[in-house]
Parts: sequence; C-alpha cells; structure tokens
Amino acid sequence: MSFDAAYQSKTFNSVGTRPLRPDGVDKVTGRARYGADFNMPGQLVARVLRSPHAHARIRGIDTSKAEAVKGVKAIVTAADLPDLTNGNADLFAILDNCMARDKAMYDGHAVAAVAAIDEKAAKQALKLIEVDYEVLPHVVDVDAAMQTDAPVLNETVFTTGIEPAPTSPSNVTNRAEFGHGDVDAGFAKADVIVERSYKTEQTHQGYIEPHACVANCNTDGTADLWVCTQGHFVYRQNCADLLGLEVSKLRVTSSEIGGGFGGKTHVWAEPVALALSRKAGRPVKLIMSREEVFRASGPTSATSIDVKIGARKDGRITAASATLRYSSGPYPGMWAELGAMTSFACYDLDNVQTVGFEVLVNRPKVAAYRAPSAPMAAFAVESAVDELAHTLGIDAVDLRVKNAAKEGTKSSYGPVYGPIGIGPTLQAAKSHPHMSAPLGKNQGRGMACGFWFNFGGQTCTDLNINADGTVTLAVGTVDVGGSRASLSLIAAEELGIAYDDVKAVVADTATLGYNDMTDGSRGTFSSSMATISAARNAIKVMCKRAALTWDIPLEDVYWEDGHAHAAGTKHGNRAPLSVKELAAEAGNTGGPIAGHSELVADGAGVSFATHICDIEVDPETGSSRVVRYTVIQDAGKAVHPSYVEGQYQGGAAQGIGWALNEEYVYGADGRLQNPGFLDYRIPVCSDLPMIDTQILEIPNPNHPYGVRGVGETSIVPPLAAIANAVSNAVGVRMSHIPISPPRILAALDGNG
Amino acid sequence: MRYERPQTLEDAAALLAAADAPAFVLAGGTDLLVRMQNDNFEADLIVDIKSIAGMGDIVQSDAGFVIGAAVPCAALSEDAALVAAWPGVVEAANLIGSTQIQGRCTVAGNLCNASPAADSVPALVAADARVRIAGPNGTREAAVIDIPTGPGKTSLAKGEIIEAVLLPKRAAQAGDAYLRFIPRTEMDIAVVGVSVNLTLDAGGTVTSARVALGAVGPTVMLVDAAAEAIIGTSLDDAALDALAAACSAASTPIDDKRGTVAFRTKVAGVLARRAAQTAYTRAGGK
Ligand SMILES: Cc1cc2nc3c(=O)[nH]c(=O)nc-3n(C[C@H](O)[C@H](O)[C@H](O)COP(=O)(O)OP(=O)(O)OC[C@H]3O[C@@H](n4cnc5c(N)ncnc54)[C@H](O)[C@@H]3O)c2cc1C
Repeated sequence: MSFDAAYQSKTFNSVGTRPLRPDGVDKVTGRARYGADFNMPGQLVARVLRSPHAHARIRGIDTSKAEAVKGVKAIVTAADLPDLTNGNADLFAILDNCMARDKAMYDGHAVAAVAAIDEKAAKQALKLIEVDYEVLPHVVDVDAAMQTDAPVLNETVFTTGIEPAPTSPSNVTNRAEFGHGDVDAGFAKADVIVERSYKTEQTHQGYIEPHACVANCNTDGTADLWVCTQGHFVYRQNCADLLGLEVSKLRVTSSEIGGGFGGKTHVWAEPVALALSRKAGRPVKLIMSREEVFRASGPTSATSIDVKIGARKDGRITAASATLRYSSGPYPGMWAELGAMTSFACYDLDNVQTVGFEVLVNRPKVAAYRAPSAPMAAFAVESAVDELAHTLGIDAVDLRVKNAAKEGTKSSYGPVYGPIGIGPTLQAAKSHPHMSAPLGKNQGRGMACGFWFNFGGQTCTDLNINADGTVTLAVGTVDVGGSRASLSLIAAEELGIAYDDVKAVVADTATLGYNDMTDGSRGTFSSSMATISAARNAIKVMCKRAALTWDIPLEDVYWEDGHAHAAGTKHGNRAPLSVKELAAEAGNTGGPIAGHSELVADGAGVSFATHICDIEVDPETGSSRVVRYTVIQDAGKAVHPSYVEGQYQGGAAQGIGWALNEEYVYGADGRLQNPGFLDYRIPVCSDLPMIDTQILEIPNPNHPYGVRGVGETSIVPPLAAIANAVSNAVGVRMSHIPISPPRILAALDGNG
Repeated sequence: MRYERPQTLEDAAALLAAADAPAFVLAGGTDLLVRMQNDNFEADLIVDIKSIAGMGDIVQSDAGFVIGAAVPCAALSEDAALVAAWPGVVEAANLIGSTQIQGRCTVAGNLCNASPAADSVPALVAADARVRIAGPNGTREAAVIDIPTGPGKTSLAKGEIIEAVLLPKRAAQAGDAYLRFIPRTEMDIAVVGVSVNLTLDAGGTVTSARVALGAVGPTVMLVDAAAEAIIGTSLDDAALDALAAACSAASTPIDDKRGTVAFRTKVAGVLARRAAQTAYTRAGGK
C-alpha cells in the first residue's frame, strides 16, 4: 500500500516540544567528528596547486622535480582524471572545475595535486611543480562580461534560449523567460512607474568548517570516502562517474558538518583525493585551507538587475518586469533562471515578465547558497516595491497586502498556489509591536518579503526497534540544522514513545538506499515523511505480533498511544502491549521488528517570510548598526520550534552580513584580494541584535503533519529589508549591495 | 624550526644575533602564529621572550611608565594609574582583536609587526612614547615613531629586541583619546585610526598637542599641522574644523579592500574631531 501523505489535523505529544538535540553535547565538548577528524593508518597528506591567474592557457605541467622530493607518493594533474563524462556537459564542468584541463579559468583553479607523507614534503613538492601558463585576458564583472568586446571564456558557448540562435560565441550561456499577461498593456494602465537598476556583489556561504575528506582506493576496485558533505549519495555518484569507479563499490560516509548552506552540495577536492589515493595506493587526507575555500569552492552569483513596476494610485500593481544577470563562474549555471522565477513570486500580478541571463566570468564556479538566487532578486524587487510605496504615499505593508499572492493565484513562475503564507506573514507584520515602535535619531525602518520553493525528492529511511524497545532511526539526509532531533520527535510521535527512546543516525551509502542531498530545505520535510511512513510500517508489524501473542485475528488489533490494543468485547480484558513489551518478545513472535520506507517526497510546500529591520546610521562615517530585527515566517508545522527559530535567525544573520559588508573583492589582475575572514567580513556576534522570530503555521496539504521546509527562506528578505531600512534612514535609495560604510558615505555626500 | 625560551635579554639577543636564517621574537604570538600558517612563511628560530624577568611588569616611576614587552594588552586596563594617566593608549590597546586576543597580544608586538593599521601605535606616537631596545651591543632608546619604516618593516637591527615601552610622566590637565573606524564592532582591522593627546592650561586653552593618524599611509604619521590647528584654542568649532581639515589633508590612503581614498580621507577628519573632544574632556576641559 502506498503511503498517504495528505495532511490530517491532529493533536501532538512530541512534535512541537523543544528537547535537546542528540548531537549537541558532542559538538560543544569537541567530541563530534567533522571532516578532518577521521584518520586511517598510513594516510598521506594532500595539497593542491592552484592557478595564480584569472584566465590562462596551460601549455604544459612538469612534475618531475616535485616527484623527486623525498616523501612524495603521488602527483596528479588533469591527465590522471581522464574525461569519462561522455558528453554530459554538467559532469564535464565538475571535472574541469576539480582539475583544470586546457585552461585555468579563475584565480585558485586547481592545476595539480600532491600526496606526500607529511605536510612539509607536500608543500615542497608544490613549489617544484612547473606550470607553463599563457596568460589570457580575463573578465570578472557580470556586466563587463556581457559586453561585445569582453574576452570570451569559452568559444563553444552560444547563448541558448534566443531566437534566432546567435552566430558568434559569448559569455551569456542562456536566456530564460517567465511570466504571463501583457506587461506593455499593464504599464500603460499605471499611474506611477518606478524603475531602477541594482547590483549585488559575490558572497560566500562562510561555513566555518572547510572542506575535508579522507579517501581510500583499494586494489580490488572498492573505495571509501569519509567526507564533510550535504549529500553523501550525490558525492558517491559524482566521484564514481568522474573516476570510473563502480558506484556500488564506493562507500561514502558523511561526517558531522560544520555548515554547508549549499556549498557542500558539490564535489570540489574529493575526486582529486580519490585520484591521489588510487595513484599512491594509500589513504589520502585532503583539507582545504580557508584561503582555498574562498578562492576555489562555490560562492554565490554577483548580479545586475533592472526592475520596473507600475501601479495605479490605489496601490494595485498593473505590471511588473525584471531583467536579471547572474554570474555563474566559468561554467554554465541556472542561477539567473532561479532569480527570474522567484523575483515576483510574492505577488498576485496580471502582467509580469522576468528575463534571466546566465553569465560566465573568471571567478570560481557558483554553487547554491541558501535559497540560491532568490535573495538578490528579492533585494531588487522589494526595494522597488518600497520605492513605489513612498511614491504613492501608501504604507509599505499595506501596499504589499493589497498585491499579495493567495490560494489560487497564478504565480509569476507558472504554477497556481495552494494555501500559502505570504498574506498571513504580512498581517502578522502589520500587527507586530516592532512595526509601530518609535525610531531614534538617524534610524530607519525597512521591511521586505521573501519566497522560496522548497524541494522534496528521493528519500529512504529505516526504523529499527531494538530488543529493549528503543528505536534506531537511520536516515540518509545529512543533518545540517537539527534534523536528527526533529526526526526523533516524529518517530516518537508516531510510535507513542518518549523522544529519549529514539536515536537517529545518518547512515552511510552502503547501509541505506539512495537519498537526495540535504538541499532545498528538504531534510526535515522529506525525511519526516519517510519516518512517518517507516513508523507506520513498524506499527503494522507490531500489530501482527500482538495478534500472534494474543492469538486473535489481526483485524481485532489496533494501535493507539504507543500500544497495541485488542478490539471488541470478546478480547476486552487483555492489557494493551507496549512497544517495549512487544520488542522483548520479538524473538518468539517472528524476529526483529523494523519499518522501512522509500518514497519520493512530492508536494514540498512553498514558503514565505516577512522581515522587519531597524538600522541606525552614523551620517558622518557611514557606519551602520542593526538595532532591531524581526523574522516572521510560515513553517507549515514547527516540529522542533527552537530549531525552526534557529533557522530563521541564522538566515537573517547571513543575510545581514551579505547586505552590509560581505563581498568578493578582485584586483585589476583578476586575483581575489580578500580570501580570509579578516577582510571578508561576516558579522561577528556583537554586530547583531537578538533576532526576534515569529512562527506561523499554515499547514502544507501534502505532508501528514503539514510540515514545510524552513531552512532557506529566512535569507531571502534581509538584503531588501536592510536596504530599505538604510535608504529610509539616510533618505537616499541604496541600490548596490553590500551597503558598506564607504557606499553609504558616498551616497550621503551625493557621490553614490 | 627551533623554539627557545631564554631567561635573560642577553641570551635572547645572542640567540637572534647568531641565527643565520630568519628568526623571530615571539611575544603574544597573535600576529606571528597566524603568519606561520602561511605556505611561504619560513623561519629557523623562534625566541619566546615571555620568560625573561621583568618583561611582564608595568612599573611606574618619576619619569612615567615602563611597560614590559611581554605585558598582555588586557593587563593595561587593570593598572589604575596607567588608565588614569594614559586612557587613550589603554583604550587603543584594548581595541585589538577581542577579549581572547587581548589576553595574549602585546603593545610591543603590535609595534614590531609594523602594520600601518596597528591600533596602539597612533596612541603611542601621540603620547610621544619611546622604546628601550636591547641588542647584541647593549641597550638603546628610540622614539616609537622611528620604529616602523614601512608595512611589515622596522628599524630594528638584527638581534635587537624591544625590552619595554616608555610612556612619559603626565602633566596635570592632560588627556588623550584614540578612535578607529572598522565596519564591524570587533575582530576587524582599522580602516582609519586617529589619536589626539593634549594638555590644557587653567583656562581650558590647549597648550600642547600631538595628533597621529593610522591606516592612511604606509606608516603611522604625526600630523603637526593638526596639532597646530588646536594649540592656543579652547577647541571651538573653528579649531575642530581646522583640525579635521588638517587630518584629511595629511591622509595619503589607498583604495583597497578595506576602504576607498575618499572614505578614509573624510573619516580621518571626522574621527580627529571626535577624538579631540574626548581628549579635551579627559583633560578637564569644558
Ligand atoms: C583575531 C585577531 C584580531 C586582531 N585584531 C587586531 C586589531 O584590532 N588591531 C590591531 O592593531 N591588531 C590586531 N591584530 C594583530 C595582533 O593581535 C596585534 O598586532 C598584536 O598587538 C601583536 O602582539 P603580539 O604580542 O601577539 O605579537 P607577536 O605575534 O608575538 O609578534 C608580532 C611581530 O613582532 C615581533 N615582535 C614581538 N615582540 C617583539 C619585541 N619585543 N621586540 C622585537 N620584535 C618583537 C615578532 O617577531 C613578530 O614579527 C589581531 C590579530 C588577530 C589574530
């Protein structure tokens, strides 16, 4: 029988409580094992040689002197990673990014790697590898890369999505368009039109744990990889494909993860570590330094966005359009497309059109970053909506309420919405005390909305009932934010047992069926669905065991409050059997008790949030300080409210950093100037106020408990909320993120 | 690489003088240990000076204060007499890094690291501080401003170690203040730093002043024109305007990842004005 995921209202015992997470003590006492905390006997140290050039042809690599260094066991270049991608362009991009082939495409691009018995030998060998580069002209700015005279990164790229197809190559890989209605007709009906261009700079997820792995290739074709990742099944597939290994022979174990936020959905150095191990015949440990993480993992796009919105005097929007240009690094991406899909998703619009252009630049390959592409689009659109409110003289919340999408609205990217939370979050903002609190001198308030799709995907879960009646839950989605606690609560809820009697573990790729990675806010959404299903399967088994024990027909057994009950008057005086009792007798009633589930978690509910922010600006120095911040977001159902609040606060904190100070700074030579936390400024604790949160619960109709993904949406509104707050504080529209002190001061002095 | 922890200055200087490959003094290590992580860092010898007698002491005498080279910055704020006499120097030292960093880092290390953005150095220069230097050929003294010669470079000769930082005796009715601009609240590096040190007469007129700027040139600079702009005034608006203008004019910053020329030039003036007002109040001016 297939699993029925439809929402059913019920009262909860475990779900909605706030117990401590099972991984917490290990993490705060230093016992938890992260990527770099695993070791194997005889393991070698790997180091990667990286291009100092933004764009250069590799004419040759001479490793002979490096190979002669005592202690060096293997050196690999692209020659050791032959192209097995068979015309799969996405896979080829991953391969080329892991190890440059014909050309180095950015400062930091790997060109060779060494495995040696110690760090010293590895470092010495790196210095002796001779790379013959022919330096080529480069381009790092997204707008500059679209100019006709820009250096073309890849001569085989002809923009797709344009009719007729272009006849010459360019850095624009694709054009994507979304929308409906007739925007020209809509703008003609408008009383007021606001139109402005915006820019955002490239940022990094800034996870505290750098990429790290231990790889071991055996002579029999089997291999092991211990790695910090958001998706060990996906890493297994990628590594196996790139190295020509059999997927089933590569076993990948995910370590604890010190942050990923999308940056660990992608292989970077893991195939290189495996190639080194294969060549050296020994285990290899590879840890990227912070500098390498900045230069050669996957930051977000830099963007350039034009927005136009028209409205009648009463505030009803008649048309909206946006052109979005997103950099994707040296390989094609679909980042602008996501931006184009999400930009107007909060609104109910008759006429809307968005166009996204994917642009190649000599910067690292872009990877997902928490609700990828949505924050920049929201920054541009929500800034324009704020400006429209000012122009019309309508309150910023009221204007949004008037135009908000609701159940039945045809979204700007196509689908028709079910029950959604944008309206309720706006109403909550309107009545929130923050909205009416007085502002101090030099302070400004801003608010903004945000949307994210969320994702479901392939999921597989095992629930084993141990002999003592406790439960081990094996899941395949890496726990990036407390999902082991949430999933334990769900198992406890279904089985009617205590949270402490459930232990959730993340199983490796050899012990559980395939799972998509933890992205798209799917960890708790999809694995909870599979956990509910697995628990219900285990309950079926337990009912059978009870029927056997009592020697009564199965139809006469039902499950309630964590016990098997005998139904009807004829079995009336049988005491119910608890999970513990059934487990204790399992050996005599048919063996171990378990529930299994495999499913595709369709129906992830879309997610909306509204943020409010107060900022104080020093008008003489451009220094700014966030003095109050409130997040209101629909969770569908908050399984573990503290960790939902943590997600809201974390996304807001990252968004605040992005909005105010974080940016990749490139020199004229195309080299990254700030690959470290001193000059790549993520917020420190004292930079942030307590971030207040308000959880709304508008059930997702496609999940038994109504759960929606909550992890990503919280980073979507902050860029715009901050920009609106600063703009309102200084009286000048801030259209370039980060809104750093020099930019604020320049705007105040009229040089913005 | 060799690590040595000598007990006397003579031994320390001799070890450094005898080294024939790069050798480094280790004080708090908050710069040095970070640099050692770099792939291109090379050293054969590290000489830890924290075990040398007297290096961890702050001594007050008729001539002023002697701050041993191994005194962590956190200890400065615990010396009430020092805080009363040189609040600007202490506040500068206590802006370095964070609480944890201040538990290790030293003012002498901040000076010898020779970063143009070092926080304590403008305050020391404005205070007219000197250093006592021990070397293979004995001991000498130098003005703080003469130690850094460019980013990462000092005038110290091979084998020379700063033994102590010397702050002069304080006149009555004197005060100093240091302000820096950073985009965050802590754990950051100065984009502009300004220190003002001044003395007042009984009527509240500035009789002497020293103004120093950090992070707006290759080394910390003493701006005479800025001092002259306030000497003889009671820090009225015109004097403050002249001070700000002199500081902006003296700034020769660069555009880089930390700030623009326009930004640094303007903020140098803004901070000078604010620091001067604080120093004036601390000196008893009204
Ligand atoms: C997280 C962090 C934040 C920081 N924030 C700031 C900041 O806000 N402002 C700031 O100015 N700095 C900052 N720094 C830099 C550093 O903390 C300071 O420069 C500190 O004062 C250095 O002192 P130290 O004793 O740790 O020096 P060390 O690292 O021990 O030495 C620094 C250099 O000086 C030499 N040296 C040290 N003592 C002597 C001596 N007595 N004689 C001769 N040479 C000597 C060493 O050989 C070395 O080259 C920060 C550093 C970190 C890691």
